[in-house]
This record gives sequence, C-alpha cells and structure tokens, in this order.
Amino acid sequence: MSDPMDTIRAGFFEECGELMEVLEAGLLALQDGTSDADTIASIFRAVHSVKGGAGAFDMASLVAFAHDFETLLDGVRSGTVAQSPALVATLLRAADRLSDLIELSRDGREPTDDFDELAAHLRDLETASPPVGDFTPVALDFGLDPDPEPEPAEQAAAASDAPQDMLTWQIAFRPHSELFSSGNEPLFLFRALAVLGRIAVSIDDSALPNLANLDPDLASLAWRITLIPSANDLTETEIEAIFEFAEDLCDITLECAMAPASVAPAWPDAQLPTTTAPPAAAPPPPASPAKPVPPAGSVTPPPAAKTIRVDLDRVDRLVNLVGELVISQSMLARSISLAGHDGQSDIMDGLDGLQQLTRDIQDSVMSIRAQPVKSLFQRMTRIVREAAQATGKEVRLEVVGEGTEIDKTVVERLADPLTHMIRNAIDHGLESPAERLAAGKPQTGIVRLSAAQQSDRVVIEVTDDGRGIDRGRVLARAVARGLVEPDTRLETHEIDRLLFRPGFSTNDEVSQLSGRGVGLDVVQKAIRDLNGVVSIASEDGIGCSMSASLPLTLAILDGMVVTAANQRMVIPLSAIVETQTLASAKIRNLGPGRNVAALQGVFVPMVDLAQGMGFPPTQNTRDDDRAILFLRPGEAAAYALQVDAIDSQGQVVIKGLADAFGRVPCVSAATILGDGQVALIVDPTSLAEAAGLARAPRPATHLEIVA
Amino acid sequence: MTISDPILDTAPDQPNVSAAGRTELLTFQCGGRAYAVDIMNVREIRSWSPPTPLPHSPAYMLGMVNLRGSVLPVMDLAQRLGAQATEDHPRNVIIVVTVNDRVHGLLVDAVSDIVHPDLNQLQDVPPSGATGHVDMADKLFVEGEAMIQILSIDRVLPARILADEAVLP
Repeated sequence: MSDPMDTIRAGFFEECGELMEVLEAGLLALQDGTSDADTIASIFRAVHSVKGGAGAFDMASLVAFAHDFETLLDGVRSGTVAQSPALVATLLRAADRLSDLIELSRDGREPTDDFDELAAHLRDLETASPPVGDFTPVALDFGLDPDPEPEPAEQAAAASDAPQDMLTWQIAFRPHSELFSSGNEPLFLFRALAVLGRIAVSIDDSALPNLANLDPDLASLAWRITLIPSANDLTETEIEAIFEFAEDLCDITLECAMAPASVAPAWPDAQLPTTTAPPAAAPPPPASPAKPVPPAGSVTPPPAAKTIRVDLDRVDRLVNLVGELVISQSMLARSISLAGHDGQSDIMDGLDGLQQLTRDIQDSVMSIRAQPVKSLFQRMTRIVREAAQATGKEVRLEVVGEGTEIDKTVVERLADPLTHMIRNAIDHGLESPAERLAAGKPQTGIVRLSAAQQSDRVVIEVTDDGRGIDRGRVLARAVARGLVEPDTRLETHEIDRLLFRPGFSTNDEVSQLSGRGVGLDVVQKAIRDLNGVVSIASEDGIGCSMSASLPLTLAILDGMVVTAANQRMVIPLSAIVETQTLASAKIRNLGPGRNVAALQGVFVPMVDLAQGMGFPPTQNTRDDDRAILFLRPGEAAAYALQVDAIDSQGQVVIKGLADAFGRVPCVSAATILGDGQVALIVDPTSLAEAAGLARAPRPATHLEIVA
Repeated sequence: MTISDPILDTAPDQPNVSAAGRTELLTFQCGGRAYAVDIMNVREIRSWSPPTPLPHSPAYMLGMVNLRGSVLPVMDLAQRLGAQATEDHPRNVIIVVTVNDRVHGLLVDAVSDIVHPDLNQLQDVPPSGATGHVDMADKLFVEGEAMIQILSIDRVLPARILADEAVLP
C-alpha cells in the first residue's frame, strides 16, 4: 500500500524535472542573446511553479531559495534588474542550485553545504538594481485589482453608495514566517477577499525592525483589511474559507460591524488605503515598482503539449508483448515451413503480411520509448560549466543533433558516462587559456557534443580542440602501472585503448574533477552494458574525440544464430565483419591451442565459441557446416570465431539476465528463439577478453604476414 | 507472550485462516529427502524441459527455460543443497518460486502434497555439526514418519553473480 501522497510527490518531482528543462533551455537562450519577454516569462514561470509545488510539500529550503530566485527573475522581467552576461551566469548557477535542492528534497535530505551565499547574492542583485523612488517600503502600489484603484474619495463615495445597513468586516491578518516559507502569498488571499466585495487593505509595520536588525526570513508585517461585502448575507465561514489553507500559519481575527457612511475612519492611520506591502517574507524590496505577480494579461499560458504521460511499466508491457508477437510469429513461420508449404501458397502470403505488420508494430512501439537526447545534452551544459569553473579553463559547449532519438533507458543510463567523457575532455583534453594562447589557439576551448543516427545505431561523440592524447605519457604511465611490459611497441590506437584499462589515470595530481579513482574504464563498462562500443581518436595539438556507438533500442537485436556445443547462440550482427566456411578459411597453427585465421590477408587470433563459453567441445558435428565468423567488436582488434554451424539470421528479442543472474561473463542477454528455446546472446568483446585476446597486445595478435 | 490465540481456538475449521496459527506449505521430494516451502512463495509448478546452460556458472545452476516468453533461471535444488545431481525422471518438475521480485525455478524429484501444520508443530532445525554449511532451512516438522524441512527461499536462491571482475583475470 503506497501513501497517496507519495504518488503526488513523485508527480511533483517528475514535473520539476520538466520545469528545470524549461528553465535551463530558457537560460541558455538568454545566454545566446535571446532575451525576449516570452523567454524570461517562461523562466519565471518555471521557478514559480517549482516554488508553488515545493510549498505544498513543506520543503522549506527549496521554497526559500526558489523565492529569492523568483524575486530576482521578476526584477529581470520588469526591467529593474539590468541584463548582463554576469547576471545570466548567476542565473545559471542559481538554476544548478535549484536543481540540487530539488534532488535533495526528493531524497528527503537537507542541504548540507551553504547556499545562503548564493541566495544572498541573488537578493543583492535584486536590490542593487537602480532603486525607483525613495525607500518607502510600505507605500508601494500593488494594484490589487486589475481595475484602477479607486481614490479614497471615490471609495468613500462607493461605500456611501452602499446601503446604509451594509455590514463591514474587519480582518486582522498577521502571517507567521511559515506562511511565506510554505509558498503562500498574501496578495492572493487579498484577491480572493476582493471577490467577496470591496476591500481596503492597510499595513501594520509597527513590528518591523529597522534595516540593520532585520531578519529577512521573519515575517514582521501585518495587515488590516476592511471588507464591504457585495452580498449582504456574507457569513464568517465564507471569509474563513479563504484563509483555510493559511489558518495555521497566521493569526487572524474577524470582526463584524455595521458600516458607517464611509469606511475611511475604520483605518485612520492609513494614508493610502489601498496599498499593501510586498507580499514577500523578505523586507519589502525597495525596487520593483511592479508587483511580483504577473499582470493578468501578460502571461500567455504555456502551449498545451499534445502528449500524455504514461506509466513506463505500461509501455514496457507493450514492448514485451510485441516481443512475444515476434517470437510467436517466428514459431508460426517455422511450423508452416515444416508443414511443407512453399513460397507460392496463400498461407505464405498471409505470413508475409503478418511479418510486415509485426515489424511496423515493433517500430512504432519502439518509437514510443524513443526520446530525443536533448534533455541529456542540456544537463551536460551544467557539467561543462562546473568543470570549466573547477579547472579554471574557458570552455564553450557546442551541441549538434540534439533532436536525435534513442531509447529512454539508453538516454537515462548515458548521463553518467557522458558526464565522465565531458569532464575528461575538459580536464585532460583542453589546455589552460595561457597554454592555448601560446599554441596559437583561441583562448576559449571548444567541447563539441554531437549525436547522429547511423542506420540502426546512434553515435554520440564528445570532441575537444585541446592538445590531444599525449601518447608518450600514456605509455609511460601504463608501464609504471604494470599494464604493459616495458619496451613494448604499440600502435597508436593500442596506446589509446590503454586509457580504457581499469586503474589508469594520466593526470599526476589528483584533480578535483576526475580524481576519484575512476577512469575511462567506467565509461567503457557503462557503454558496454548498453550494448554499445566506445572508440577514441586523437590528433596531437588538434584535439581528441571520443565516441560511443549505441543501439537504438535495448529490446531488439539483429543477430546471427549459430550452433556450438549443441547450443544455439546469437552473435550480434553489428560485430560481424565477414563469414567463411571452415573449409575455405586459411587457418594456421601457431602452437597448441593457438590458431590464427586470415581475414583479408591479415591473420587474426581464432577462438572456439564452445570453448570460449566454457562449454564442453562438440564431438559429432559435420565438418561441412563448420564456419568462421570474423568479429570486430567496436574498435577492438578483430578475431575469428569458430562455430559448429550457422543457423539463421534475423531479429531477436532481448531478454535481460541481470535481474536473475547479475552479470554473466561472455553473455550480454538471452533471447527466445522460434521454437521456444532460450538462447544466449554472446557479447563479443567480453568473449575476446575471456579468451585472453584483449590483454596487453602480444606479438601473436599482430602478425601481418600475407598468406 | 503465551499462545492462547483466540483465532486459533475459534477457527480450526476454516482452512484459509492460516495467517494466525497455521501455515500452508507445499511439500516435495528432493535428493531423497522431504522438503517444504511456504505456498505463498510458489507461483506455479511446471513440467521439466531441458534448460539452456549458462557459461561460467555453478554446477547447480542448470540454465534457463522459457516461461511463457520470459527467461526463467532454473537450478537443481538437490545440488544446491549439497546432494547428488537430480536424475532424469518423468516425475521431475520445476517449482517456480518468487521472492523479493525474483522468480526462480527449482528442479525437484516430485511434488508431494499441500499441508497445513499448526505453527506450534514446527520445530527449530537443530544446529548441525557440519562446518561451512549454511542451513537452508530454519524449521522442520514431522508428518507421520517423515521429517520435513521448511526451506528459506531467500537463502536457497544464490546471490546474483557479480562477475564484473571475474572476466579479466
């Protein structure tokens, strides 16, 4: 039984995620010089919505910070705070902070580090803007009513126009600090009162300390409201209903009296009857003559998105069902062909139609789970900012292809490796501004983040224009770490691969960014878990590029079904370079158990699939069927895989094993074949590693003798 | 706290009031001994079909079978409990158990019965002399001449293989 409140909370945080995306997108537009009213309004709305939601859940620190943020944004919107690059930078920092606070609140933690400084900075910026008029905290016109406020005289006239026996209500309203920290807004209460009749509001600032002693987090203002109801039968309950949500957060008293001819004497000490203090917990901000609440006309509602929010479980169920459909369809195809129908019959036509439909359904279902990488890339802007700040380097992030779509799970699980890749590019790739100038490059380094679809894969690339990989240092470090034998001669791409070895880190001093004992091997592992491959390319002095090639979906795989050790297994088609029959292949023996096979004139090591998987070798296979698959998993060296037979080729539905087994060596997942039998999907990279091919390169793997 | 359970006293005729004083168990034969599991952990019982073996896995892990479109890991319970491997027999079945969102198949010789022993019929399994052996059962009870051990599914299921490091020697 889950608490219904938990569901609502979860919904709020989900919404926060979307709001933060809007906020970030708006701020970035601002940074690029788009400072139109719509952009600023969208930023303001996002922060305002976060604050409102947080208030409902009593997240005090979040509300407080969002409030300061919002107040500053309001200044920007109304033009009292001048826009400048520095301001945008501050706003971006504030957005980062807000996002942190949301995360903390979601996990039910309190902020541990000190963010008051930033909040204070926001307030400073807000108040440092050119003050308008004198510092008259209580005398600001907040335009409680969209109509022009009646002059006191008019009001008196209005009041005297009212029937003489009209009741008036005196409401004394003294909010507690909690009222503000929970996101309530007196102005809205007053507006709600104004619906009941004509109101006059006066402020009681007697409890307000002077500026030096002022604690901005304490509420020290009180209001008195005189309400002349438009309906004579207004009851106390109706008024109380307005304060219902605030009733524990303020002192409120209601008095009913017969109205005299004029309401004016009811508040003799108020010079400006219809004014009120700013509705903030902070001391009334001296600037900002406009009220922090958007004028009714200027807020355009966000365009209604034509989307529905669907529980991911439901989509997953659909994906699973389509997987079942694919399996049943291949079972059907199998039994039809076993029954001896040939290509011309009606049955086969029907089957073809079904096959086409199945594929269409499958594509459509997969596209439901597909998401543009935009949100992921947006998150990276923050990483770049922080990394640039931490390293003292100047970095500009260029983003290409953010509309590229990829499976939602992939998007989510890419965040960590991508973060690491970007930090790595800034920390290790880019030079300091001085070094860059000395090398004749622009002072600001460029990190390019791009995504592009290439047939059934998406390639995500992080490119920097830094110094490139210092291969001499890499090799020296690898030797020092015992990763390779001294005096080993390695090809450049082999040196580059060393970066992905566990326990490798080139920077001598542990830097604040990447010095957490994790290297690029973590990136490699994360990408591999997504059935992807990482590759790296570097040019001295020009820059370095690291790319991850990922499958579009984690649900379906194009594969070749092969047999070894009487088991059928699936080899991902993306890794297969070439196939040959065993009889036609050029195979040479280097010694016991060490065979090599020629692929396009180059000998590559050979692995027996059954042996590599740890299954007993097969006895009774026909030699005619035996075949060699040449595999090149990503950028790694190619190798030959010997199998007993090639069965078929086609799409298989990926069934994850991690839930039941954790990680299984040499296996990326399982699938269910047309006859209902479970088959393993081989992970070519991990198979090569298990067979000892991916260790420090040995001469045997680099024979370049043309046979 | 003394057990003078009012529900036990008033509801002996209602088999489904098991929460209070009785428990419902599935009993089966495995490696020549009698065992039982809480019926609430049993999802279904299915006939034996040859599983697809998993590389580099312990001997008791037989592999995976297709359970209506999902992949069901199957282990030989006898080997898991330290006995000889289960021999092929037509009466062999796979008990599909579920605990903490994990679903697992257990190969056993044959299922026997569903029993409802009173809680006070259950005894603690006495500590055994065997060292290094984790007891898979906490309780046992006697039915007729037979002693039946009640397995803790939690402990029977192996920890998930974390072979990240095992790949690279």
